[in-house]
Amino acid sequence: MRYSPARGMARAISLVTGMGKKYGVEWWILVAGALIILAIVYMALFPASIAPFNPHNQSAGPQLVPPGGKYLMGTDNLQRDVWSRIVYGSQTILRVAVLAAIISSVFGITLGLISGFSGGFFDRLISLIMDSLYSFPGLILAIAFAAMLGPGVINITVAVAVIYIPTYFRLVRGQTLSIKEELYVEAAKAIGSSGSTILWKYIFPNVIATTAVVFTLNVADGIMIEAALTYLGLGLPPSIVDWGMDLSMGKKFLPSGVWWLITFPGAMISLLAVGFTMVGEGLAEILNPRLLER
Amino acid sequence: MRNLTRYIITRVLLTIPMVFILLSIVFVVLRVMPGDPVSAMLGGHAPESVIEQKKEEMGLNRPMVLQYADYLWQICRLDLGESMVFKQRVTKAIGEKLPATIELTFFGILITLFLGVFMGAYAADKRRTVQDYVIRLYGIVVYCIPVYWMGLMLQLIFGIWLDVLPIAGRTGPRVFASTFEKTGFYLLDTILVKDFSAFGDVLVHLILPAFTLGLVLSGIFVRLTRANMLDVLRADYIVAAEARGIRHRKIVYSHALKNAFIPILTMMGLQIALLMAGAVLTETTFSWPGMGRLLLERIYLRDYPTIQGVIIIIALIVAMASLIVDVIYAIVDPRVRY
Amino acid sequence: MEPILKIEDLSVHYPINIGTVRAVEEVSLELHQGEVMGLVGESGCGKSTLGFSILRLLRPPGKIVGGRILYHGRDIVQMSEREILSLRGRKIAMIFQDPLTSLNPLFRIDQQFMETLFTHEKGLDKKEAFNRAGRMLESLGISPERLLDYPHQMSGGMRQRIMIGMGLILNPDLLIADEPTTSLDVIVEAQFLDLLNDLRRQFDLTIILITHNLGNVAQLADRITVMYGGTIAEIGPANEIFDEPLHPYTQGLLASIPNIKLDQPKLETMPGSPPDLVTPPPGCVFHPRCPHAKKICKHEIPEMTERDGHLVFCWLYR
Repeated sequence: MRYSPARGMARAISLVTGMGKKYGVEWWILVAGALIILAIVYMALFPASIAPFNPHNQSAGPQLVPPGGKYLMGTDNLQRDVWSRIVYGSQTILRVAVLAAIISSVFGITLGLISGFSGGFFDRLISLIMDSLYSFPGLILAIAFAAMLGPGVINITVAVAVIYIPTYFRLVRGQTLSIKEELYVEAAKAIGSSGSTILWKYIFPNVIATTAVVFTLNVADGIMIEAALTYLGLGLPPSIVDWGMDLSMGKKFLPSGVWWLITFPGAMISLLAVGFTMVGEGLAEILNPRLLER
Repeated sequence: MRNLTRYIITRVLLTIPMVFILLSIVFVVLRVMPGDPVSAMLGGHAPESVIEQKKEEMGLNRPMVLQYADYLWQICRLDLGESMVFKQRVTKAIGEKLPATIELTFFGILITLFLGVFMGAYAADKRRTVQDYVIRLYGIVVYCIPVYWMGLMLQLIFGIWLDVLPIAGRTGPRVFASTFEKTGFYLLDTILVKDFSAFGDVLVHLILPAFTLGLVLSGIFVRLTRANMLDVLRADYIVAAEARGIRHRKIVYSHALKNAFIPILTMMGLQIALLMAGAVLTETTFSWPGMGRLLLERIYLRDYPTIQGVIIIIALIVAMASLIVDVIYAIVDPRVRY
Repeated sequence: MEPILKIEDLSVHYPINIGTVRAVEEVSLELHQGEVMGLVGESGCGKSTLGFSILRLLRPPGKIVGGRILYHGRDIVQMSEREILSLRGRKIAMIFQDPLTSLNPLFRIDQQFMETLFTHEKGLDKKEAFNRAGRMLESLGISPERLLDYPHQMSGGMRQRIMIGMGLILNPDLLIADEPTTSLDVIVEAQFLDLLNDLRRQFDLTIILITHNLGNVAQLADRITVMYGGTIAEIGPANEIFDEPLHPYTQGLLASIPNIKLDQPKLETMPGSPPDLVTPPPGCVFHPRCPHAKKICKHEIPEMTERDGHLVFCWLYR
């Protein structure tokens, strides 16, 4: 059998279309979202191969040139190429959002499992705290954290991470509680052997499916919050390239009709968030198939 | 009726520990900070002794527990302290800015509901057609658009390219709020003093910010309304109404929508949190003199008492909204109380 | 006399994800002015679907895929939206099984009545409409004060009478009643059937009574149509159907009803189960369960045989 990239591609495409026939529109939404994410991830991983200029280069071209020709998205007031800044900016936002989601999920899931499983006073106390946090506007909490912790990528990541812990907590705790009910009866009947091993075999698959959906939506939210924080000037030093920050710097020139400094960074933020949301939504529909719709 | 009272009392009692926890979290978060607010306040170069004296004055050297007790006691007396930066009671500062935020969020809510509910109902009616998919896409995409970017783009289009709407502030250059300001709700105030040109000015300034806020949140309501409507449209009374020859449009937008609307209204209460967050971002973008912008200003100035005060007020608003919504739902739907 | 309603070779299909359900397959039926036609059969036989098709109230994905429904000569299947809207509630009315869920919980009774009136009689005076609703309630044995109530404030029997009231307020020719007594208790059921009888005489009403309860039909019906698997088994005068059922399915149905006069150690049942309507059996739909099945039944759809106004679709009679 000869392996070639063309053959591999053909097989991949037929696999994707096969899933499409089976799951319908939702699968294509997922695929579209995934493609968007992949494109931007590529931008983040191999920026030098796409960006014509160094994003910090303050003599890339004349000041405030509208998009066209050499400058795909124009230049800003410090004579930097906007397109290059967009490309490099993807790194910051992805790094923060994904890392924050990972931290959030680890803490949230662990706490949820422990709390749901042990019950009692501890569970009720933590649940109350989590419910209170959950109902509070995430962005404002993030602003408070970011303001207190000061600028820096790590600080912003922490700020974003903390907000989503209650979401994972509630989800996992709820599932743990209901599975606990079921297994209590089951264990009494047949199995009788090591309870925790069975727990791992039963809880994990169930929890993982919904957690995966929440994770993608978490990243989407994280993107929005990171951008909002930097837009408000709360997160990062100017040495880092960031879409939100470029937005806030670009808006000063809006009254003079300079539109390219805000249009492109904002569009990219939206696009990336939409990508993750589409993956999340598509995943949710597929993992939870709706039967025989009348 | 007895069940209703019992439910309300239980619900109120439940709110208290939540508020308490939120206030405590605010207290902790705002004191776990690197750097010293007092020295920052005094210009960063003050001598050690002066800093110590100031701290003593402000009671910052006492044990945390005492400070915490003081903090709670003050809040109960509705006293949020005094600004570290200006000679101003925090409550007064917030009081001046709160009506602006409320006016903005109120109209934002109206726009969200209007757009979201009608689009959602339309999508449910035209299920599985192109219009349905487009509207569902709208629902997803609109939520992912940053509020401030939406604001900036709207400013660009309507304020700069078309130049038909103002992009900043609550009033124009020749209108002075002091001439009519009474309640702080300018639309109301201008009517009260019968200054209709000022009314027009205030209204026009509300349009872009309210739309920005309203548009971005409408996505959620599109999805919610659509889902509810799909359920309601399957109900027996819908077929029965059709059997009596009632026109289709009336069935969808009167019979069905009325039933689908109640859970939507309660969902609105839960979205207050998002509204507050959105308001902060919208206010900064449109230089809207509200509580959100106050929060940010004072964060830059490191004015901790005011920051703390604003966050407390927001927490209280959110808790209150959630409570009101639950109570309204219990009043409307008797099943909830039993 | 021309029949008031004539159904010719009507077919209704439901395309769903596992295939197409042939809910009604080439059904033909005639209805005469003033008669009560009982439409009986087990669950899933297509009787309700047939009832819904008459006013084109089929729920998606249901579709009429062939045939004609002639009302006073006009084909309902081909009518425009406007034409059918003017028929519904005014010339042909339909009432449903569960009166609680058939009334909009958020509207008062008078509002629901008046809405029907205003829809079909533009420019009607509000007070007049209210009074008409009140009179209708009175004729149904309900105090007009109840007009200001909401549906959940009334009893099941009352709600069902309100349903009839709303159906008859514009004096239609034909009333289709889809399982109207299924959600009522036995006593209320009896009252309801009496009421239906009175109304039929009072308004010179033609009624299609769709039910799986043979008792209802025995009381009220002039003629009975027995359906099975989306097709008609037989149609005939009520007493003939009960005394001399022709189709093996009807015979089996009647035999399975416990008879208080007989000493039955064991109840009769029919072997087998209702047909799969996505892939129905070839030929006669009933043949897999029929004790008299012949070779021809397995591959030829039975043709109609008539005996003095009694129609049967079975190869036994050819």
